[in-house]
Amino acid sequence: MTASNDHALIHARGLRKRFGDFTAVDGIDVDVPRGEAFGFLGPNGAGKSSTMRMVACVSPPTGGTLRILGMDPLRDGPAIRARLGVCPQLDNLDPELTVRENLTTYARYFGIPRRVARQRADELLDFVQLADRSGSKVEPLSGGMKRRLTIARALVNQPELVLLDEPTTGLDPQARHLVWERLFRLKQQGVTLVLTTHYMDEAEQLCDRLVVMDAGRIAAEGSPRDLITRYSTREVVELRFPTDSQQDFAGKLTGLGERIEVLPDRILLYADDGDAALAQVQLRGLEPTSVLVRRSSLEDVFLHLTGRTLVD
Amino acid sequence: MSALTPTLAVLEFHLIGYRRTWRGSVFSSFLLPLLTVLSFGVGVGAYVDSGIDGVPYLDWIIPGLIASTAMQVAMMESTWPVLSRFEWVKTYFSQAAAPLRISDILGGQLAFTLLRVLLTAAAFLLVAAGFGTLHSAWAPATLLLVLLVGAAVALPTIAFSASIHSDSYLALLFRVAVIPMSLFAGVFFPVESLPDALRWLAYVSPLWHGVDLCRAVTLGVAPAWSVTGHLLYLAAWVAVGWLLAHARFRRRLIG
Repeated sequence: MTASNDHALIHARGLRKRFGDFTAVDGIDVDVPRGEAFGFLGPNGAGKSSTMRMVACVSPPTGGTLRILGMDPLRDGPAIRARLGVCPQLDNLDPELTVRENLTTYARYFGIPRRVARQRADELLDFVQLADRSGSKVEPLSGGMKRRLTIARALVNQPELVLLDEPTTGLDPQARHLVWERLFRLKQQGVTLVLTTHYMDEAEQLCDRLVVMDAGRIAAEGSPRDLITRYSTREVVELRFPTDSQQDFAGKLTGLGERIEVLPDRILLYADDGDAALAQVQLRGLEPTSVLVRRSSLEDVFLHLTGRTLVD
Repeated sequence: MSALTPTLAVLEFHLIGYRRTWRGSVFSSFLLPLLTVLSFGVGVGAYVDSGIDGVPYLDWIIPGLIASTAMQVAMMESTWPVLSRFEWVKTYFSQAAAPLRISDILGGQLAFTLLRVLLTAAAFLLVAAGFGTLHSAWAPATLLLVLLVGAAVALPTIAFSASIHSDSYLALLFRVAVIPMSLFAGVFFPVESLPDALRWLAYVSPLWHGVDLCRAVTLGVAPAWSVTGHLLYLAAWVAVGWLLAHARFRRRLIG
């Protein structure tokens, strides 16, 4: 029963999940070693949440191999879940209970004695900066507070592996940064984090390594830096021309940079040296209404790999 | 850690939530029987001179009312609260993410429901004793019988609530199941007074079997059916109800 493959907390080969005719996860290979912060990126419907549910042992795989902490989710579900922390996409805190009771009652599901549960609840409320709201009900808390409380609840059993499904979706920037900072601290403590997100800045902030999923498959894998090097250029020049004329100007940019992408409102010029590329644009006598030279981001990789078409 | 420990942890969660409302529910647990006794015993009873089965009308309907109240409490706890824990608050999903099994989540829900049934029936029984309506030393056995009735109606109801996504079906359930059962399952008059077709509906309903057993123990009379027959019939509702509810929970929580 002990982890045979202890360096990989998650080990998946050809992992599949079908719902009737629909294939949500279409044969993915993933290994997450202990101590890593790993991200699943992808548009809505890419199969991120289905994958997370299989890892959380609440959704049996339809095919392939899956080992969590070296165990089989089908056979050892409760034993695995005892060592996981799960922060779901939608908060499912109990609004009738107090902030602290939400943690202490949850701790009891793990067989944690009441006294230890109370002590741990207080430590965790300190950790997520909710100690002053300990006795208040959950209902009036802000979205950011509820999310922090959900994260605290996921930590109540001192898990080795924490699963976070879109941990900052719907939060305002201050709340997001506080959540990131707390998650970063967990990572420093050696907790393995696995998260899904469609925020590229979140992935760049938190993930050591990530996969980009699209239509149930893995489109790319690597560290954020790797992926940018592999799928984009170092810099991007954003050129805006008068409305409805982007296409005309695009023709005049041929040969500049490594790649050009024409959007309805602007043109993206991918180049390793953005300023040099811009100078050439100006040499050709083109005068965009606005110009932005920026570093390439994971978002460029993401859009390149998964396309710009709206999924839902 | 015994096999029951996780179920008890789920029960503990429900009890901590109940701590906020128990005062009100205890108050109404006593108030409801008191009002019922006054209205039926003193009001309606005054017109039923002959009594039934050789006892005053009030004494005759008390065990039926206790069984019927047990059913109503069991159904209240198994409808909106269960739907909410799937649809709105999503408590069950958070429980399923912990190292609990489906049977722990369902068992904790059922244990809490039965505790509520037990307390409500105990209050009713106390009021009934206060009015001198209990005629047999077997009367305390009512408390065991209401647990059986409670489980027999709660489990299929839980299965139903776990299958729907909107509470409009619950109003329907009360109209087609709870109200007819309360009226025709021998609570207020002997089912023998009903035409055959309706009488069979009473026999099919779990409530009538509970009512007949409760009446036997509070009045010390022989039940209309064999005791074993009644108990087995109710046990069948419990067993089938558990299987259905377990299957529905699994389907919702593990997919």
